[in-house]
Formats: sequence, C-alpha cells, structure tokens
Amino acid sequence: MQKSLHIDPNKCTGCLQCEMACSYENHGVFNISKSRIKVFNFEHEGRKVPYTCTQCSDAWCMTACPVDAIRIDAGTGAKVVHEDVCVGCKVCTIACPFGTVNYVAESGKVQKCDLCGGEPACADACPTGAITYVDADWTGLDKMRAWAGKTDTQPRTSA
Amino acid sequence: MGWTKKILRVDLTKGTCKSEPLNMEWAQEYLGQRGLATKYFIEEVDPKVDPLAPENKMIMATGPLTGTAASTGGRYSVITKGALTGAIACSNSGGYFGAELKFSGWDMIIFEGKSPKPVYLSIEDDKVELKDASHLWGKTVFQTEEIIKKSHQDPQIRVASIGRAGENGVMFACIVNDLHRAAGRSGVGTVMGSKNLKAVAVRGTQGAGAIRDGKAFMAATKAAKKVLADNAVTGQGLPTYGTQVLMNVINEMGASPTRNHRDVQFEGARKISAEAMHEKRPDGKSHLVTNQACFGCTIACGRISKLDETHFSVVNKPEYWGASGGLEYEAAWALGNNAGVDDLEALQYANILCNEDGFDPISFGATISAAMELYELGILTKEQIGMEAPFGSAAALCKLTEMTAQGIGFGKEIGLGSYRLCAKYGRPELSMGVKKQEFPAYDSRGIQGIGLGYATSNRGACHLRAYTVASEVLGIPVKTDPLVTEGKADLVKAFQDATAVFDSSGTCVFTTFAWSLVDLQPQLDAACEGGWDMDKLNLVGERIHNMERLFNNAAGFTAKDDDLPPRLKTEAAKTGPAKGLVSGIDKMRPEYYKVRGWTPDGVPTKETLDRLGL
Repeated sequence: MQKSLHIDPNKCTGCLQCEMACSYENHGVFNISKSRIKVFNFEHEGRKVPYTCTQCSDAWCMTACPVDAIRIDAGTGAKVVHEDVCVGCKVCTIACPFGTVNYVAESGKVQKCDLCGGEPACADACPTGAITYVDADWTGLDKMRAWAGKTDTQPRTSA
Repeated sequence: MGWTKKILRVDLTKGTCKSEPLNMEWAQEYLGQRGLATKYFIEEVDPKVDPLAPENKMIMATGPLTGTAASTGGRYSVITKGALTGAIACSNSGGYFGAELKFSGWDMIIFEGKSPKPVYLSIEDDKVELKDASHLWGKTVFQTEEIIKKSHQDPQIRVASIGRAGENGVMFACIVNDLHRAAGRSGVGTVMGSKNLKAVAVRGTQGAGAIRDGKAFMAATKAAKKVLADNAVTGQGLPTYGTQVLMNVINEMGASPTRNHRDVQFEGARKISAEAMHEKRPDGKSHLVTNQACFGCTIACGRISKLDETHFSVVNKPEYWGASGGLEYEAAWALGNNAGVDDLEALQYANILCNEDGFDPISFGATISAAMELYELGILTKEQIGMEAPFGSAAALCKLTEMTAQGIGFGKEIGLGSYRLCAKYGRPELSMGVKKQEFPAYDSRGIQGIGLGYATSNRGACHLRAYTVASEVLGIPVKTDPLVTEGKADLVKAFQDATAVFDSSGTCVFTTFAWSLVDLQPQLDAACEGGWDMDKLNLVGERIHNMERLFNNAAGFTAKDDDLPPRLKTEAAKTGPAKGLVSGIDKMRPEYYKVRGWTPDGVPTKETLDRLGL
C-alpha cells in the first residue's frame, strides 16, 4: 500500500515539533531553518497550517530537473533528490507550483521532503495528529467518517 | 552539551557588541537561563543599584533545553533588578523568540549601560548590530514586529520588544515577543525602556545541535512527552480549556481574590470562565478561536480569541477584530474578579491592549482594583480619575487601560503600580502585594501555602515560584489541605527549589502538573555534559533560590518584607470553605526560615551557604 502525508490544519497547535523532527532526521540538528516541512501561522485568523511536498504523481520538479537528480523512490513513491547528482541549478524550485523544493546554501543542493524512507519523522513527532501518514488512496477517510457520523438517518419530524 | 557556550555582551552606552565564551564552571553550578543568568548578574551588578540607572544590567537567557525537541523547550528569561520591586527579577516567556535566540548561536545576551538614543539589536547568527530605532519609538509591540520584519524583508525574524508602556516608564511594563507572549512581571520592560532599547530582532540558522547523546535525548524526550499526554491536566484540561480551567475551580473553593481582596468569591466568575469562552455569543460565534502552543510545547494551553465586533470597546475599531492572544487565567482574574468586572469581551479588549503596549495584566488589574477601592472610599474622586470608577465598571476598565497604554491622564498614575499609587494617596496598606509586586489569582486565606510562597518569593508576590496550588487544590504530587498551615513550609521550599531548576532548563513550569524533576533529569542529562543526576539537580535548585535571596538581602530586603498586607492577616474570608480564616503567614514564616537553614531574621546561615557552595 502506498502511503502519503496527510495534514489536518485544524489540529495544528503551532508547536513546531514537526520542524525539529525533520531537521534532526535529515541534518542531525534541531534547526527549524533546515526543515522541509514548515508551519505557517496566520495570526490574525488564529490558523496554523503545516505545509510540505505532496509528492505529485507527475512531479513538476522531477520533469524540470535537467540532470535527473530527482527520482521516484520505488518503495514510498516519494520524489527524492539525489544530492550526488544535483547541481544546485534551482530550476526545480521554480517549477514547483507549491514552493516545497528549496535551495540549501550550505550544501549548494536543493532539498525536499522524501518521506524519510517511509517513516516520516514529522508525523511521528506531531503530538496532536495534525500530521499523519496514511493510505494514499484514502486520505479522506477520517473526514468521510466524521460526516458519516453526522448523517441523519431518522425521519425528520415536521415542526 | 545543550549550551552554545557563547554569550553576547552588548554595551548600549558605547554601542558595542562582543562575543564571550560561556563560563562552563558556572554552567555546572547554575545550569542555564534563570540560574546561570542570575549568577552573571549578581557577579556584575551592585545590589543597591537603582533599577532604572544605566549601571543596572539586563540579561536575556536561554536554557540548555531551549530550542530542542524537549516538550516546552522554547523558554527564555529576562534577569535584571526589577523596576517595580527593586528585588532580583526573572521573567520567563515562551513563544518562539527564545528558541530563535538559541538557533542564532547564543546562550544569552547581557545588556549594559544606556543607549544615548533609541536602538534595537539585530541578530542574524554571528552578525550582530545595534540599529537606530527612532522610527520605532512610540510604536506599539504589534507595529514594531511588523516594521522590523518588513524592513529586514524577512518574515521569519522573531522579535521581543517593549511597547509604549516600557517607553513611558509604566512600572510594570513587560517585554513582549511573538505578539502575545511576555516576560511579564516585575517591570523588566521598564528597565529595557530605561536603556533606550526598543527591541531585539533575531534570526538564527545554526540550530541547537550540541546535544551530548542524541539517541538517549530523543528517547528521554519522547518518554516525557508521553507523560504529559497521559496526564489529565496537561493532556486534556490545559489544551481544551487553557489555564482558565481554574476560574470556576478556584472561585468555588473560596480562594478567588475579588474587589481588591475584599471578597474571596466572585459572583460573575462563571461569565468570564473557560466554559464561557467556548459558548456561543449573541453574534453566533464563540469567543475562543483555537488553542496555541509555544515553541516545542506538546501541551498547547495558549488561547486565541476573537472579540465581538459589536462590543462597546471595539465597535468602531476593526484593528481589534482579528484573532489575538488571550484570555489566560491570570489576566482574566486580574482584570475581571479583582476589579469586579464580569464582561468577558471587555476583559479581552483590556488584555489585548496589555499585549499591544507591553504591560503586565496582573499588576495592571490589581492597580485598577486598588484605584477602584480608593474611589469607593472617596479618596480618589471622579475629577481626579476622569470618570466614575466603581468596582465592576467595564467602561472604566477599558478607558483606564487605553489611558495607561498611551501614558495619558490618570493612566500615568495607574502606571505607578498599586503600591506607589496607594502610598501616594496615604493608604499603602490597600496595595495587595509583596515587595511592591501585586498578587496573582489565588487568595492566601483560602490557600494557605500559596501565601507563604508569595511572601518568600524572591521576585515579589508570584504564583510561579512555588505553585503549591498544585498540591493544595489539585493534589499534585500529593494532596494537602489548603486551609491549614502545617507542613506548608516544607511544601513551599520543595516547590521553590524544583521550580528554580525548571526555570533554568529551558522548559515550562506548566509541565510540572505532570512532570517532577525525575522526568526532567534524563532529558537534561542526555543533553548536557557534566553528569546531571537528581542529587545535583536538587542542590542546583536550592543554590539558585539562596543566591537570589542573598542578592535581595544585600539590596536591603529583610524578614519584614516577607509579609502579606494586613487585610489578609486581619480581615477573614467572608464566604466559601475558608470563611472565617485569615492567613497564617506569621506562623509559617519562622517554620520556613528553619526549613531553609536561615536565621530567624531570614538570613542564610554559614552552614547553609557552605553546604550549597555559596
């Protein structure tokens, strides 16, 4: 079964544990400026939204890369940047409509979410279930269940 | 290792910024944040210094767990001699600023001297400079954050700043970061304002990487997070209701100071409680929008609310219609119960103004209630205040909050704080506080232990230095009877010493609803070199508390200052479970000195100092 990251912004508290987990997993350091997932805080609306790569099937970044440095991981379906091939041209950062591929000045390469090889650290670290790693074909299952629970099967009494 | 091992020294008089290595010997004795910064402060500053003189210093300090994956690991503290109190001040704040400071590579910043003109400190990792802030002077906290982010073209900058209250010398001004988190008490923002320092803007990209044993650290933090999640208070009560979960609980036990502590139960408590924040208003929406975590926090007690746009306070002010921080319990109580105001929207409006211009809603609300009592006694007149100001007046509360924020009219006198205000009008005994700092939201007659905690807190009246409410009300870690004085000396000492460790670690004291030092210890030990076992932590906590005490004694405080106002010792609680009781502070104080190993005059004995290595 292919899985994908599923984000429910309503559950996000803005604690940034996901960003720390991501930077620690990928860089061995707690450093949110190196995280591949970002939480955006829309203060005046009281909304926090975690955002990262959704692993497009026909990925713009992959198509745009002139050196084939971005390839599909057979196990997870993630579009993975191969750092040894990446030349840091940043064309993928322009191609991505969502901004989720970003350049890392320190390494001179780009980075994006690679689903941590199938065990995403962000989902594991999220204390509220705002980020989960679920069946890619059924990311809507929880929402369906919630609405199903509200479905009124009793006949309405007329006023 | 936890520490970055680097401190930044900023001489505001000369306009210079210097990097220094962290004193690692002191780090082993005082851990970080509150403890370590206080050690630096005490070594460098004359205890008799005028808090508002250039010779006073101000330190912003992180702990070894700040900026790590430890739950709540985002705290920083501001250490100085408090403008309000003249005692050692240490105000702790969450939000994201503390972690960002750590990520920029600095354990702490020591500010000294006074800038000849308004400046702000800009930190981008190692690139540190004082910049002109003349365009920011006179601006609110909200405006200051926005202008700095725009002018640096970097929305990821974190800002801690003072509002107009800190500029205008309001004695209980705070330093506000991330819009609505504050180093709130004792007038640390007043000290910052006296130095012509408007803001500190930080962007850090270095991260907190120097963890001693990464694998052990991740395991320890994960286990500790589970303890928080499984606990009824930190796992359910606080995320759902916030600290406001206490409003009805404390009121029902007759420990909710009301109308400047004349009463101990507020008839309007239900209307301003957590439950009320969840309910639908006449406009069809609920007051509460969502909860909000500080950096790294898996509890998420913070509240984000939206005002009713038709409320009289904001009816023509769309700038206040967006989501904003609050209400937390302390602010709701101080602006509500203590002033007798039961209008939830009015309280949140006043609370937003406190955040916007940087002043402490606890001290502010208590000063309003003192003014209302002076008004009802006929000592202050309608002409002097500029309006009728009886207890319960939401209109007076809102107007006086605006006037205090702007530094106009009677707002200037409110800015004195309750002690100086009451003393000015010949009734200092009506100021409800200790060491000139106003009480928070628990009455010393209905919760006896907290009274001893207030009296002996090193920064003046404060619930966060010995939160015996946990034990006396919630039964954490063991239930004690709130109405008796027996055993409270030991209880207060234990809470004070443990709290000193939490405040020095980078984590939040709210974790202690679920954690004890036993839960913190493996996280610290995995992060920091030097072998941090329980014996060492216990000793460090007691050492920090005694060090602060020595500073206060040298500053001129004596046993006489470890006392409560006469009202709490002579006017019995009128209603509730504590009816007929006064505070037993005079009985508890000598017991406490004994437990502490201090003389009957409240001075640590030579044996105690030797044992603690002081």
